[in-house]
Amino acid sequence: MDFSIFINEYQFYLAGLWTTIWLVALSLLLGLFIAVPVGLLRSSENWLFKGPAWSFMYFFRGTPLLVQLFLIYYGAAQFDLIHETWLWHYFQEAWFCALLAFTLNTGAYTAEIIRGVISTMPKSELEAAKAYGMSEGQILRRITLPNSLRRALPAYSNEIIFMIHGSAIAGIVTIVDITGAARVVNARYYAPFEAYFGAALLYMCLTFSVIFAFKKWESRYSTR
Amino acid sequence: MVELQNYAGILLEGAWLTIQVALLSLLLAVFLGLLGALAKLSHSVFFKSIGTLYTTLIRGIPDLILMLLIFFGGQVLVNNLSYSLNEWLNQMFSRFNPTHEWSAYLPDYINISPYIAGIITIGFIFGAYMAETFRGAFLAVEKGQLEAATAYGMNKYKLFVRVMFPQMMRHALPGIGNNWLVLLKTTALVSVIGLQDMVKIAGDAGGSTQQPFTFYIAIALVFLFFTSVSSLLFSWAERKYTIKTR
Repeated sequence: MDFSIFINEYQFYLAGLWTTIWLVALSLLLGLFIAVPVGLLRSSENWLFKGPAWSFMYFFRGTPLLVQLFLIYYGAAQFDLIHETWLWHYFQEAWFCALLAFTLNTGAYTAEIIRGVISTMPKSELEAAKAYGMSEGQILRRITLPNSLRRALPAYSNEIIFMIHGSAIAGIVTIVDITGAARVVNARYYAPFEAYFGAALLYMCLTFSVIFAFKKWESRYSTR
Repeated sequence: MVELQNYAGILLEGAWLTIQVALLSLLLAVFLGLLGALAKLSHSVFFKSIGTLYTTLIRGIPDLILMLLIFFGGQVLVNNLSYSLNEWLNQMFSRFNPTHEWSAYLPDYINISPYIAGIITIGFIFGAYMAETFRGAFLAVEKGQLEAATAYGMNKYKLFVRVMFPQMMRHALPGIGNNWLVLLKTTALVSVIGLQDMVKIAGDAGGSTQQPFTFYIAIALVFLFFTSVSSLLFSWAERKYTIKTR
């Protein structure tokens, strides 16, 4: 066991940590932009709106993230429409494919959280708010949003952690995230235990910081 | 599409391997999950902290890293260990017998198969999630039931087998179903450590036919089929084993 490797290469690991952070953060943010409309469409009564949202969520929640990433990263080149046009400029980049796959994936999972929150919104609270004479905007700001956020936050913090863990596969398609850094260090020193142990430590720090931050945030919204 | 037909047989073999890995990992996960839940619920501080450490650590490390750690790191660790043991044994022998010749008592190179490493890793990870599920389910069993069982004169073992376990399983079923769906998708990762599962075969076939999209979408649909059948089975089981109040 020789952990001087980890100390010698710490800058490399830190660069990987930064890549993981921005990749996950950007995917989550963009995923949220997909999830809100998809979740709303999924909650609609009309199958014309519901159907496409349902299929999108069904596909991305029912298949492995790794297959989705490979489908985009390796599969895109099969189409002339992508390969022969300006789109190839983006699709040949591993980071773009990973970002796209992660965004669509987290978008589908987050849409399911939103659908769940909408379908279990207590009607009586909305009726009470209406009886108090609140306007639509006031109801949204004072009742719907805080109530939904409170119920969605635990599920969403889980989704963030799944995303951090899931993003480890970015290292397979040449991206130097934490996993990628560990793979390079392993190749350089042939010290797999030390290399991956360092990565595991970094992921653990990241995960537990997120869990801690969300605990703080949730306690603010909890009903006292 | 013609290429897909040519590879249909080998893809099905890969699909069968995926199912094998998933089912064996599930078995290990349920076993570890029960142990973990019992440890977390036990009154002994020692067992409790081991259970908590297990479920907490797993939540912090991605499955891929754990798999690489166990497969590559475990390989080096096992070989280093057997090398040092060999050295130590030989030194002991040469101390008592000066003419002793060095020989390997343990194999010099032990190969960890990706099949075993994959199953152990996935089972180990989902054991932690199962432990949380079972813990909640054990706590959800009504106290009155256990008191009634004690009043009937059942001993601890009978109480567990006849009352605690069947009722706990009823509460745990939705959680087990969710864990199974995640586990099924996690099995795709075993392709990274070189196992010839569906994903690996699709990658190779896609590379040699220049049609990666066709093959990846095909296995995506197979995964979709697996997850759909599983959710149907689990919702059927939940309906069957639900407590009928009427």
